[in-house]
Amino acid sequence: MIDVLIIGSGGAGLSAALEAKKNGSSVVVVSKTYPTQSQTCQAQGGINGVLKKENSKDSINSHIQDTIKSAHLIGDDETIRFMCEQASDTIQWLDDIGVPFSRDTNNTIAQRKLGGASYSRACYSSDYTGLKILHTLYDNCLKENIEFFNESMLLNFIVENETIKGITTLDIKTCEVKQIVAKSIIVASGGYGAIYDGYTTNSNASTGDSIAAALRANVTIANMEYIQFHPTTLKENSILLSESARGEGGYLVTQDEERFVDELAPRDVVSRAIEEKIKAGFDVFLDLRHLGLEKIKEVMPQEYDLALQFAGLKLDCDLIPIKPSAHYTMGGIKTNVSCETNIKNLYAVGECSSNGVHGANRLGGNSLLEIITFGRFIGKMASEKSNTILLDKKLTSKQLELDINFIENIFLIPKEVDFYSIKKEMGTLFYNNVGLFRKEETLDKALEQVKIYRTKKELLGITDKSKIYNSNLKEYIEFLNMLELAETIILSAKNRTESRGAHYRVDYPKENKQFAKESIIVKIENNYKVELV
Amino acid sequence: MISVTICDKQYNIPEEGNLLKTLHKIKTTQNNSLTYRSGCRSGVCGSCAVRVNGVEKLACKTTIKAGDCVEPLKNIHIIKDLVVDLSNQKLSLNMAFANLEEKSDAIITPQDEKSIDLQSNCILCNSCYSSCPIYEVNKEFIGPFALTRAYRYVNDKKENKIQHKIDSVQKNGIWDCTLCGNCNMVCPEHIDIKNDIMMLRNKSAQLGYTDPNMGNFDSGFDTNLDFINQDLSSYGFNP
Repeated sequence: MIDVLIIGSGGAGLSAALEAKKNGSSVVVVSKTYPTQSQTCQAQGGINGVLKKENSKDSINSHIQDTIKSAHLIGDDETIRFMCEQASDTIQWLDDIGVPFSRDTNNTIAQRKLGGASYSRACYSSDYTGLKILHTLYDNCLKENIEFFNESMLLNFIVENETIKGITTLDIKTCEVKQIVAKSIIVASGGYGAIYDGYTTNSNASTGDSIAAALRANVTIANMEYIQFHPTTLKENSILLSESARGEGGYLVTQDEERFVDELAPRDVVSRAIEEKIKAGFDVFLDLRHLGLEKIKEVMPQEYDLALQFAGLKLDCDLIPIKPSAHYTMGGIKTNVSCETNIKNLYAVGECSSNGVHGANRLGGNSLLEIITFGRFIGKMASEKSNTILLDKKLTSKQLELDINFIENIFLIPKEVDFYSIKKEMGTLFYNNVGLFRKEETLDKALEQVKIYRTKKELLGITDKSKIYNSNLKEYIEFLNMLELAETIILSAKNRTESRGAHYRVDYPKENKQFAKESIIVKIENNYKVELV
Repeated sequence: MISVTICDKQYNIPEEGNLLKTLHKIKTTQNNSLTYRSGCRSGVCGSCAVRVNGVEKLACKTTIKAGDCVEPLKNIHIIKDLVVDLSNQKLSLNMAFANLEEKSDAIITPQDEKSIDLQSNCILCNSCYSSCPIYEVNKEFIGPFALTRAYRYVNDKKENKIQHKIDSVQKNGIWDCTLCGNCNMVCPEHIDIKNDIMMLRNKSAQLGYTDPNMGNFDSGFDTNLDFINQDLSSYGFNP
């Protein structure tokens, strides 16, 4: 009997698992990968929180105001307030369970300033904040004997009478389709940045599977057009070079060594300035040479290693070729401040959700704060509520049979069109047409192309017919999910005929008050509709 | 064109380059069945560890050259091609009680935090287990990353239960290690695992433990193997 089933094993999922277990629930975490391989490990900068420190001018209200400003009027003030008020508790909890936060000379948790913040409020663990948080959470999950179904991929939600009953999963190791029944389900499975194949800092696993499954189950999803691009990623492979490079005084230059933008402007502004130069035929570089080796090694050792290992270049003597890349997806499963979806007992948390905490643009340091704060909150709440829910042990859902047939059928489809080529093509299409600069004409072209891809669905087979660890099958299903979401992103971007935060329309370059609303996606039969609500 | 071998199969690839990208290229254009794990592509998720010419590497941080031979990690059940069974992670970490068991009220200084910084960079890629000659013959051996993580918590001022952790790494733990340093050589995070194990030995000595192998040297040559009463299959041979 499972009281609380959690889909996803990053920071949000593991925090939820720990709180639900502490509250006495039976908990299972379903993970497409292994917990420590989750996207959370890639977070570098820090986790925001106003700590009670002497001589600090920072305040919770300032954190709230910075976040509201960044959300560009489509955030949810109540959700933002809750997160910022809880931040100190969140960080204290992480510190108490073992996260080795860096200390300052007063032996209190050290903090640094990230973009968009009025004060230094990002707590960090050297260069590896996300990695250390994720591993500490995992250590605690092992201590609490939390059960994991690793390398199990969500296929579909089982919803009856507007109430969640369970899920179907694919065991990647055996290709077996399983039904898992639970009293309540928390979705914490990350974002959909992998759609920008070849142009994203995200893990290959960030394919938005649960958001696509939500769409199929009539769970409301929102704000899919909002994708944040990071200005400084390696040109060759989109490996992230953190914002601290510019924070420490780095320049952005063209091949003529001309600076062209205020390097400390917001991420979306800097990204667009870089992209404009690239489109005009320039190469753009990050230039840290004037900082000197000693300073570089002292303040950004990880970046030094990344540039050396992934571009073969030295920050102290080379110009580093860069481009902006898709970095964070603000859209997802629509929830309220309590992580509730429109389906009873189904909750969403973290990057897979759209809870109004980031609105049109995420502030650096707020994503780690969001996943831990809301992860803990919903873990406890789902656990408490599960005490009043009767488990449907003998659930006989058609979904299991449908999904068994779905998987069996994939093995039978002859491969006439290669989905890997389409996936790669779609990544480039999205970067060019649904990227930093959008306009009706290019969005229409992208939509037309995605619809063509969809007509080819029946021709996309797999050639690996093995039932043992079939990654060809897994990647095929991920591709179908991304294809489903692709259309919702374009439709939402088309519908928002204004520019707001990370969404920039060349043909509508100004923010329009009438659009200070969320984009809600509704599926009607096989078509999607976007409404501003 | 250059030729490389991946899991006993030869492939021709246009030129030398990033191994993970090469695996991806081969999978998507030559052999859809080629199976490997990958995630962050930037050396922090630990999913793409393999062996290149017998040495453990993260595929995302390695350049593949003409004639290179790519194989899965050693000392671990191979599920398919380069994908190995990772269920040992949980067992090893549990054996070492590698977590904060009881929080102390100690004040943490910048130096305290720095003293566990490197150990807490471990990405659980399993390279060290693959390279370990003791783990090769004794699957009960707690092993390198779990011992380093045990030391990370033993050395953490926040931990009250140091004695319990030290107790738990005695059997099949710190004294079984030969200090060969293979794990250090292959660790992508450059963690000095051998030193961490030596530090655990020092801590053990302070708490009254002695090296069980030392006594055997006193009484002459002794393999520490009980040929009469023990099942020796776990040592990898049967005299």
